[in-house]
Amino acid sequence: MSHDVLLVAETRDGQLKKGAFEGATAARRVADALGGKVTAVVVGHGVTGADALGRCGVDRVLVVDGPAFARYAGDALAAAVLAAAAKVSPRLVLFSATVAGKETGPAVAARLSAACVADATGLAVEGGELVATKPRLGGKAFAKVAVKAPVAVVSLRQNVVTPADAPRTAAVERLDVAAPASRVRLQQVVAPTAKEIELTEADVIVSGGRGLQAPENWKVVLDLADALGAAHGASRAVVDAGWRPHKEQVGQTGKTVSPKLYVAAGISGAIQHLAGMSGSKVIVAVNKDPDAPIFQVADYGIVGDAMVVLPLLATEARSYLKR
Amino acid sequence: MDVVVLVKRVPDTETKVRVAADGKSVDPSGVQWIMAPYDEIAVEKALQLRDAAGGGAVTVVSAGPAETSKELRTALAMGADKALLLVAPQGAGDAAATAKALADGLKGVPFDLVLCGKQATDDDDAAVGPMVAAHLGVPCVAFVTSIEVAGRTATVKREIDGEVEVLEVDLPAVLTAQKGLAEPRLPGLKGIMAAKKKPLEERPLAAAPSPTETRALSLPPGRAACVKVPATAEGARQLLKALREERGVL
Ligand SMILES: Cc1cc2nc3c(=O)[nH]c(=O)nc-3n(C[C@H](O)[C@H](O)[C@H](O)COP(=O)(O)OP(=O)(O)OC[C@H]3O[C@@H](n4cnc5c(N)ncnc54)[C@H](O)[C@@H]3O)c2cc1C
Ligand SMILES: Nc1ncnc2c1ncn2[C@@H]1O[C@H](COP(=O)(O)O)[C@@H](O)[C@H]1O
Repeated sequence: MSHDVLLVAETRDGQLKKGAFEGATAARRVADALGGKVTAVVVGHGVTGADALGRCGVDRVLVVDGPAFARYAGDALAAAVLAAAAKVSPRLVLFSATVAGKETGPAVAARLSAACVADATGLAVEGGELVATKPRLGGKAFAKVAVKAPVAVVSLRQNVVTPADAPRTAAVERLDVAAPASRVRLQQVVAPTAKEIELTEADVIVSGGRGLQAPENWKVVLDLADALGAAHGASRAVVDAGWRPHKEQVGQTGKTVSPKLYVAAGISGAIQHLAGMSGSKVIVAVNKDPDAPIFQVADYGIVGDAMVVLPLLATEARSYLKR
Repeated sequence: MDVVVLVKRVPDTETKVRVAADGKSVDPSGVQWIMAPYDEIAVEKALQLRDAAGGGAVTVVSAGPAETSKELRTALAMGADKALLLVAPQGAGDAAATAKALADGLKGVPFDLVLCGKQATDDDDAAVGPMVAAHLGVPCVAFVTSIEVAGRTATVKREIDGEVEVLEVDLPAVLTAQKGLAEPRLPGLKGIMAAKKKPLEERPLAAAPSPTETRALSLPPGRAACVKVPATAEGARQLLKALREERGVL
C-alpha cells in the first residue's frame, strides 16, 4: 500500500484557490504521519504559480491544463484526478468540500472503490489508520470515522486548517489528460453583479435576520461587512420574506459556513440556523432580546438594537483595523 | 417520464441529539423520524416533472429499516406511484455501501431521471447521489435549484462559487435537490387514503460491508459562556480588540 496523498487543488482563472493551501497543509500532516509524499493535481487553464504549493509541503505537482479544464466540470475533473491517481496510487485523495469537491469526490471514490468521507473538519492518522472527524446532524454531533478500505477520498471543509509553512521545492510536471465527452454542457453563467466574497470561503461573515426589521435596513449589515472585509449572509426568515437572495442563506437549508468570525445580528438562533454556522471559530451576537437563544452559542454578545450597534461597530472597525 | 427518487428516513431536524450507550450512534429514544427535508423537495419536483410530461411513474426508493415504509407511504400520499424498500434492519451502511446497494436495487427499475436530496440531514455527506450516478454510469449534477426537461436532455441551474450555472445534461442522469427546487406539498386526506393501496415492495438487503466505520460520536464541545459587551463605542472598541488580540480572528 502506498503512503502517498493526492491533493486535488482547485483553481479559478488559472490561479490556485485558497482551499488548495489549506488542503496542502492537511495533506502534508497526513503524509508525514504515514511516511509518504504529497502530490498535488492542479486542474485548470493557463495555470500559473502552481509551484507555490511547495511552500505548504507539496512534493510534486501535476498540472492538467487545457480549455476543457478552464471551468469546473465534473466529468473533466474526475478524469484528471483519476489520471493522477493512476500515476501515484495514493492512499488518500483529498478534495476541498466545495461544490466541485462534494460532487466529484464521491464519483472518484466510487470509481476507485475507495472509502469516502465528506466534509471532514479534521484528519489524523491513528495506529496507522486514517481517521477523519466530520460533523453530522447539522453540526449537532461530530463523528470519528475510520477508513478501512485501502484508498480513501476525503473532502475537507474550508477554513478548518490554517495553511502552514513546510517549504520545499515542488517538482512541477504537466499531465496530459484527454477531456471526456461532455454529458453535461455549460449553457450560461449568471455572474453576481458585484464581486462578492463567497460565503463558504469567507474568513469573516456578517449575517442579518428579521431583527433588521426591513430590507432597506440591510445597508448596516453590508456596511459592517465592508468594514470588516467580510462576506454577508442572512437567516431563512429574511430570505423567505424576499429581503435577501437564497444564496445568502446560512443554515440547515442554506449554506454551512465555518468562518473564523461570525457576526449574527437580529437573528434569534433557531436550531436550523445554528446548523449552518455553529462550526464558526468565534461567534458574536447582536440582539435586543437578552434571552435570545443565539447568546447560548455566542462567544461575545451585545444586547441592543442592531440598527445602532452595527454602525457603531463599523465606525470603530474602520479606525481600529487600520492600525 | 419515469423518475426515481431516493429518500432516506432521518431524525427530525428539531431532535435534541443524545449519544447512545455504544458511544457511536444517536440514541433513538424520543427521536421523531421524518423523510429527509431535501428528499421531500426531490419528491415534489419528480411529481411536477411527471405531471408536466403527461405520463410516466414516480418510484420512491429507500434503503433502511422496515419502519421506513412510513416515510415511503408519505411520498406515495404526496402522489408518487410506487415504492421500493430495501430492508436493512441496521441501516444500509455508509455512503459508499448505501450507494452501491441503491444502484444495485435500481436494476430493472426504468428511469429517465434519478433525483436525490443534496444531502441527508443525519450523515450530512452529500455523497450518495454522485456515487449512485458513478455506479449507474450516468452523469450527475449536484445542488440543482431548477430542472426543465425537453426530450432527452434536462436544463438545470445550480449555484457554484457565487455564480449560477445553467447546464444541459444528457438523460438519464442523477440530479440532487437544493432548496429552491420545489416547495413540497403536504399530503391531503385523499392522497393518504390512495397511498394505502399503492404498491410498496419490500426486498431484503444484504448490505455490503462499509469501507468506513464510525468509531465515536460526540456532542460539539460546549462553548464558554458568552461575554457581554456594552452597546457603546467603547464596547465596540473592546470587542474589536479582543477579536484581534485575544482570539486572532480579525
Ligand atoms: C425544515 C426547516 C429548515 C430551516 N432552515 C433554516 C436555515 O437554513 N436557516 C435559517 O436561518 N433558518 C432556517 N429555518 C427557520 C428557523 O427555524 C427560524 O425560523 C429562522 O432562522 C428565524 O430567522 P430570524 O432569526 O432572522 O428571525 P426571528 O426568529 O424572528 O428572530 C429575530 C430576532 O431579532 C431580534 N430583534 C428584533 N428586533 C431587533 C433589533 N432592532 N435589533 C436587534 N435584534 C432584534 C429578536 O429579538 C429575535 O431574536 C428552518 C426551519 C425549518 C422548519
Ligand atoms: N439509505 C438511503 N436510502 C435512499 N436514499 C438515500 C439513502 N441515503 C442517502 N440517500 C439519498 O442520497 C442523498 C444524499 O445522502 P447523503 O450522501 O447521505 O448525504 C439523500 O438526500 C437521499 O436522496
